[in-house]
Amino acid sequence: MNKTSTKKSFLEEVLPDSLQNAFYKAWALVLFAARFFFELVKPPYEYKEFLKQCFEIGYKSIGLTSITGFIIGLTLTLQSIPTLSDFGAESLVPSMVALAIILEIGPVITSLIFAGKVGSSIGAELGSMKVTEQIDAMEISGTNPYNYLVVSRVAATTIMLPLLVIYADTIALIGGYIAVNTVGGGMSFQVFIQSSLTGIDFSDIIPSTIKTFFFGFAVGVIGCYEGYNADRGTESVGVAANTSVVLSSLAIIILDMINVQITSILL
Amino acid sequence: MTEETKHIEEKRTSESKLSKEDSILYLENVKKSFGSKTILKDINLAVKKKETISVLGKSGTGKSVILKCIIGLIKPDFGEIYAFNEEMTTMNRSQLEGIRRRFGFLFQGGALYDSMTVRQNLKFPLERQPNQISESEMEEKAENVLREVSLLDEIDKMPSELSGGMQKRIALARTLILNPEIILYDEPTTGLDPATSKEISELIVKMQEKFDVTSIVVTHDMPCAKIVSTRIKILKDGIFYKEGTFDELEKSDDDFVKGFFEFY
Repeated sequence: MNKTSTKKSFLEEVLPDSLQNAFYKAWALVLFAARFFFELVKPPYEYKEFLKQCFEIGYKSIGLTSITGFIIGLTLTLQSIPTLSDFGAESLVPSMVALAIILEIGPVITSLIFAGKVGSSIGAELGSMKVTEQIDAMEISGTNPYNYLVVSRVAATTIMLPLLVIYADTIALIGGYIAVNTVGGGMSFQVFIQSSLTGIDFSDIIPSTIKTFFFGFAVGVIGCYEGYNADRGTESVGVAANTSVVLSSLAIIILDMINVQITSILL
Repeated sequence: MTEETKHIEEKRTSESKLSKEDSILYLENVKKSFGSKTILKDINLAVKKKETISVLGKSGTGKSVILKCIIGLIKPDFGEIYAFNEEMTTMNRSQLEGIRRRFGFLFQGGALYDSMTVRQNLKFPLERQPNQISESEMEEKAENVLREVSLLDEIDKMPSELSGGMQKRIALARTLILNPEIILYDEPTTGLDPATSKEISELIVKMQEKFDVTSIVVTHDMPCAKIVSTRIKILKDGIFYKEGTFDELEKSDDDFVKGFFEFY
């Protein structure tokens, strides 16, 4: 049926095993991600599981997002006030804080926190299901486990992360407002929001929001891939969770860098 | 011809006495390797309707791999597998999904979905069948199969709240809910105490008689093999080494076969 070739390719001879494995894994991850789009449009549509995952991934992350968003806004403002005061530019604090939060700090920090919480949870959950043969059981019962488990989770992370980022940005601005009124000279909320928005253009908000869809997709795909491909044994569940966080965080940083390059070329 | 190939030829000849057409399940020259390690060298198996075949063998010899090849979770490197006179190894995903609905598989650890209650576990395969039934019919079916395994009271519990034996029974109920014609049991009594193992073995026999299913039971639990089997096949070095009824094999002079019956 199958013929196994023992002849090594040029790259296999030249590259060390670890690098070869990294390439194979990267390629397998690309194929796994590409399958998402194919399965997404293919019925049956597991909308109940998707809604459940939106609740688990999105709603249950609101608490953590609120705390981190608030602290980011507060500390960034507290640290900016003395520096800007030295130049007599205290009035620029709201717009500087808003720009930093909306363009970079809000999306990236929220996504990294999200990768830690959701990426690890997806990796561990699917890894555990793989190890205990629950994924095989699903396959045998006539269910496409990729469709049920992966599509619902990746779709949920892709949609929920941008919403969480917008929410976190809002909370961070509230944190900034409180900091201005605690340390700075005091400012009404209306004035704070007005001066925050003066420095921000619509073309600033769009790319920073779009990139979070990619961040969410990366967190979902990597978490699912690691869990779905866990080997036998409980140790692999921990490895899947850990690798999901590490690779998702790395992917977020790399995607952010690519986004900055593309945005600077286009705008 | 070496001793081993001669042995393989003998086995193949004895298995071919049962033709593909007479068998509900038929495996021919199945081979499977993982990396450089060959697990299954040449597996030939013919299973008649309503028969229960037990596969005995030492740990790591590929007993579970045979079951996973049959159900299509693992693709064999070589050979053909026929179920209901249809070749499974060349089927595409949707064809495979169709034929799998006629199979049941009891996993070693039960493989109950741990994020779902017993009720949800039982309804899960029903909800994903092409011929949808109403919610009330699903509930009724779930309650019926739970009644069969005497665990109706546990319907709203989570799998983590159940003992190992209960989990196996629920897993058996989930397997039965789709009325399979062939059930594959992967070590159904592993990890259970002798009394619970006997209960599970008797339950398997009861279900086979009641629902007229054909079964393959992978095990190294001799009491279980004695209770459930109509025929036993012993796996050694990637081939079926010996075959017979429990009583025939118990009297065997072969040292390897004796090893299984020594402490029974």
